[in-house]
Amino acid sequence: MSILLDRDSRILIQGITGRQASFHTERMMEYGTRVVAGVTPGKGGQFHLGLPVFNTVEEAVRQKAPDISIIFVPPLAAADAVMEAAAGGLKLIVCITEGIPNLDMLKAKRFLAELGSSLIGPNTPGLISPGQGKAGIMPASIHRPGPVGLISRSGTLTYEAVYQLSRLGLGQSTAIGIGGDPIVGLKFVELLEMFKSDSQTEAVLMIGEIGGQAEEAAAEYLKRSGYPKPVAAYVAGLTAPKGKRLGHAGAIIEGNEGSAQDKVKCLAAAGVRIIENPARIGQTVKELMAERQGN
Amino acid sequence: MLIYEFQAKALLQELGVVIPAGHLAETVDETRVAAQKLGGQVILKAQILSGGRGKAGGIVAADSAEKAGLAAARLLGKKLITAQSGGRGLVVKKILVEEFVPPGREIYLGLVVDRKNEKLAAIVSQQGGVEIEELSKSCPQAIKKEYFYPEQGLLFFQARNLAYFLDLPEASFKTFLDYLKKLSEFFLLRDMKLLEINPLIIKPDNLLVAADIKMDFDDSGLARQPEISALEDWSELSPEEKKARSFKLNYVKMEGQIGCLVNGAGLAMATMDIIKLFGGQPANFLDIGGGVTEEAVSQAFEILASDRQVKACLVNIFGGIVRCDLVARGLVASARKIDLNKPIVVRLQGTNEAEGRRILGEANLPFYFINDFEQAAQLAVSLSQA
Repeated sequence: MSILLDRDSRILIQGITGRQASFHTERMMEYGTRVVAGVTPGKGGQFHLGLPVFNTVEEAVRQKAPDISIIFVPPLAAADAVMEAAAGGLKLIVCITEGIPNLDMLKAKRFLAELGSSLIGPNTPGLISPGQGKAGIMPASIHRPGPVGLISRSGTLTYEAVYQLSRLGLGQSTAIGIGGDPIVGLKFVELLEMFKSDSQTEAVLMIGEIGGQAEEAAAEYLKRSGYPKPVAAYVAGLTAPKGKRLGHAGAIIEGNEGSAQDKVKCLAAAGVRIIENPARIGQTVKELMAERQGN
Repeated sequence: MLIYEFQAKALLQELGVVIPAGHLAETVDETRVAAQKLGGQVILKAQILSGGRGKAGGIVAADSAEKAGLAAARLLGKKLITAQSGGRGLVVKKILVEEFVPPGREIYLGLVVDRKNEKLAAIVSQQGGVEIEELSKSCPQAIKKEYFYPEQGLLFFQARNLAYFLDLPEASFKTFLDYLKKLSEFFLLRDMKLLEINPLIIKPDNLLVAADIKMDFDDSGLARQPEISALEDWSELSPEEKKARSFKLNYVKMEGQIGCLVNGAGLAMATMDIIKLFGGQPANFLDIGGGVTEEAVSQAFEILASDRQVKACLVNIFGGIVRCDLVARGLVASARKIDLNKPIVVRLQGTNEAEGRRILGEANLPFYFINDFEQAAQLAVSLSQA
């Protein structure tokens, strides 16, 4: 299997007539992904890339019954598009857009929680279940189907990790970019939980980075759940310049968490194999899996 | 985006929050005149985009216009390195000259986006002042938080809870509620990340005065906040940072010798990490971003290659949206223009990598092509130390 996305997934593209959206929709279709419709307000009734375009998500849902929506809408309109998708009944929404205001995302997340929809992103390359489908903008050619589940906060660093894995013959069950923004949808914990019960996934690779507390939360979860599959992690930013800090309120709220050093420490204490050299991501996962099979 | 204290105070004043009387000064003379107008006894506050100024010597008291002038002479042009400014320090170009507010009870008031809980938080403490962070660790019960949502804003009962916690004198109670309502509405309306008044002073006559204030705005909200974007001060940026900003490049200067040009923040950080791992020092963080043009690549490369500190460059591109041939063209254009004399290690992977390598190969410039990430980093480190 895989998680979230498989060969039966029916994809809707919001903002389909835009330049980036058009380019990436074509790539997704070339990969064999079943894209069923697009939405661009004001362009309903047209066809684009051979796909029907609707004015509203509601109409697209009625006619084409998609189950995943991918959002390529400009930043100030993107949160509204996310909420429109949830209101239309979509249970998985992938928001590619970068630069959405924090407050918009806070509102959108609450709206989605009430309707039971899940969000990937924003500011994400999306997700891919190699050999089955691609819901995002990552280069498909570097991926191979296989046993590694990948969860990453980064974009191009994910491609680097995938490239290293595939070159060593380690394919991926599903590779997901959770997004680099302060407020994002599904994070490590929820996705680790999904990979736990996915039969195709034998090991999980996490790519984290400085800031926020998603890695710390993952460490806590892994420890508490006695996670049954081997997990490796690379956290980027050990040498990153200390950003200009917020005032005191940030420190009062977040304490000292958020540095790469702290994240690595938490993850190591939870039994995660820490990858120190970003050129050895694939190699380390391979060794970890071999060790576990040996036992 | 952080704004200066004097800008933040002007915004507060528009909301009806009381601030100390004050004037902005950019010269010794202006400082003296301002101090004169305020009756001689004044506080001089260096205007830099960072907190922690007091401990770095950026806040000075003077009891006459003459002494204020002398203090300004010492302060203007001085580099302040604070706990929050990063190692480089910030040069003082402006001073806010304020009336002396006699010490009274000092309250802390903060509004912030709490990304962990995905809510907004209003935070208060009876013990305002510079030690508030320490206090949150040593004595968390001295701090009260109320969480709220952008849809509803800070609710009235929450504001009351905070006011009662502060044990305010009756005559200040209503003003505090009024301030909190206006500030929380402003926070939401203007896409803020942080609004902090520390201290909020209760004067002997029970007047509430915002003695110091910090405001930070969400960069992603600036597109719909023209009045706030207009407050940005580009003069704080170095020429390189200005150039980077105008081409939408994410660039941060550092102290090392290896210039890094990378696409994507995560890969850029990983590139810096691996340089360090092999004993080198990155000269910068540079993420050229996904929507980059040939011209922007060229400008980015020029920033690195013309940096005298840089002994070697490492270009690490994993093409996805960004095409390797576009990056290659930008590199060649720039290298020709600046008469390149530094070794450049280039790693191109992904979209159009072969075409990119062909373009660079034909350019007859000091490029080293290495496809392996680790070898590329090792070579850049050894070239930087040669």
